[in-house]
Amino acid sequence: MPIATRETTDPVLDGWHPIAASGELSMGEQRRTRLLGEALDIEIDLLGNASVARATAPAEPLPTHDRYGYLWTCLGEPSIPLFEIPEVDEPGRRVLHAGTIGVHVSAPRAVENFLDMAHFPYVHTDILGVEPFTEVAEYDVHIDSINELWATDCVFWQPIAATTSTEGQMTDYEYRVPHPYCVILYKTSPIDDRKDVIALFCQPVDEERIEAHMFLCLLDASNSTAMIRDFQLTIFGQDKPILENQYPKRLPLDPRAETPIRADKVAISYRRWLSDQGVTYAVIPA
Amino acid sequence: MKLYDFVLSANCYKVRLLLGFLGVSYDSEVIDFHPGKEHKGEAFRLINPLGHIPVLDDDGYVLRDAHAILVYLASRYDPGRSWYPVTDPERLGSVAQWMAFADATASTASATRLHVNLGYDFDVDERRAAAHELFRVADEHLWFGERTGNDWFVPGPLPTLADVAVFPDVVLAEEGGIDLMDYPSLVRWTGRVKQIPGFSVMPGVFPFERA
Ligand SMILES: [Fe+2]
Repeated sequence: MPIATRETTDPVLDGWHPIAASGELSMGEQRRTRLLGEALDIEIDLLGNASVARATAPAEPLPTHDRYGYLWTCLGEPSIPLFEIPEVDEPGRRVLHAGTIGVHVSAPRAVENFLDMAHFPYVHTDILGVEPFTEVAEYDVHIDSINELWATDCVFWQPIAATTSTEGQMTDYEYRVPHPYCVILYKTSPIDDRKDVIALFCQPVDEERIEAHMFLCLLDASNSTAMIRDFQLTIFGQDKPILENQYPKRLPLDPRAETPIRADKVAISYRRWLSDQGVTYAVIPA
Repeated sequence: MKLYDFVLSANCYKVRLLLGFLGVSYDSEVIDFHPGKEHKGEAFRLINPLGHIPVLDDDGYVLRDAHAILVYLASRYDPGRSWYPVTDPERLGSVAQWMAFADATASTASATRLHVNLGYDFDVDERRAAAHELFRVADEHLWFGERTGNDWFVPGPLPTLADVAVFPDVVLAEEGGIDLMDYPSLVRWTGRVKQIPGFSVMPGVFPFERA
């Protein structure tokens, strides 16, 4: 059922969601997409301005935002501001859309997988992890003053942490969840004191499908766009079958519903954080 | 040797697979197929005016089309002549037949995967139904082969280009929403292909695991 027809106070309805990579939209283009169970029409006029409307008769215009290289819209009251990524304005960084991949999984399952380090040696073998370095060391989880969820002081041994790697490294990770369906990762750059920023923005097509938009804000001036995208698409392509084989597809929020081996500290916190905000879409409420 | 390549492409994977089986080393020239559509750009059209990958450049000899590349590589780098059995007209005919079959899976099973993964505009239900019809035929063929001790698409002791050509679209079919559960012989055959020395994976394909 489309979320907008529900009796709900779910913050997902009033949040902004990505519906396209702006750079892939061309002047004069009309495109249909889906968000939260509804069909939307995107139209780009001859000046390059995007408009979005519900594909209903008559069409119902929706608000838009163009940020971080994506077109965002909101199906309810746009009362929740889109989160900030201040790094995009820092000099020396490369902001890049790595690709959009359709995945048969719920948005929260995809976010939870993104937060999980334990799978690196097994799923991203010889890239983001390698046996026998399989142990996830103790790390901290907190919720900050603007209700964003953080996991900090994470470390993991990575053979090839980034396109700029020349050798294996102990990578520091910080995860930030500023939105029920968006997750940002800050990780040690092999070549800079600052951190690379990698984000997954999920477009919830419906409760069991997403378009995964991959955002990068990197300290990498040397590699080609094709090489950087190749790296991210390889990683995400490895995650895809893992994501698509998770059942139920919606994320159970009841802590007793599922005892996933990988439900470590941050996963448990993420589920509770969704529950506390009253998220009901694409989850199985507690 | 240079392969114009994209990591998530089933057709490029075919060529990488055979290069692995033959033990031929090569460099990947990564093409930004998605999202950049580099293969449709002006610069790449100079390499392949049709705007398709893969393209092979073997010391200046440039060849496009995955199946053409398979034929070339096997003819040049397989001294045993087993992958492309030119000395046996009937087996060679069968190899060509199953390579044509793989063209049909490309426009059906592979198309549904492009639709689901990358948003390509296809009538996905129609393509999926057509893919199921093809898989049913292949499954039956392999089932009869198994009864007579044949492991491969073209009967004989060793695999051929037929196996290489068909493998990617089958093993990646579930990404396009095509369940392989009804094709047990086809699934067993993917396990045998994964045990060929030199086998390589791509994202979405797992190495062989003994059940
Ligand atoms: Fe992963």
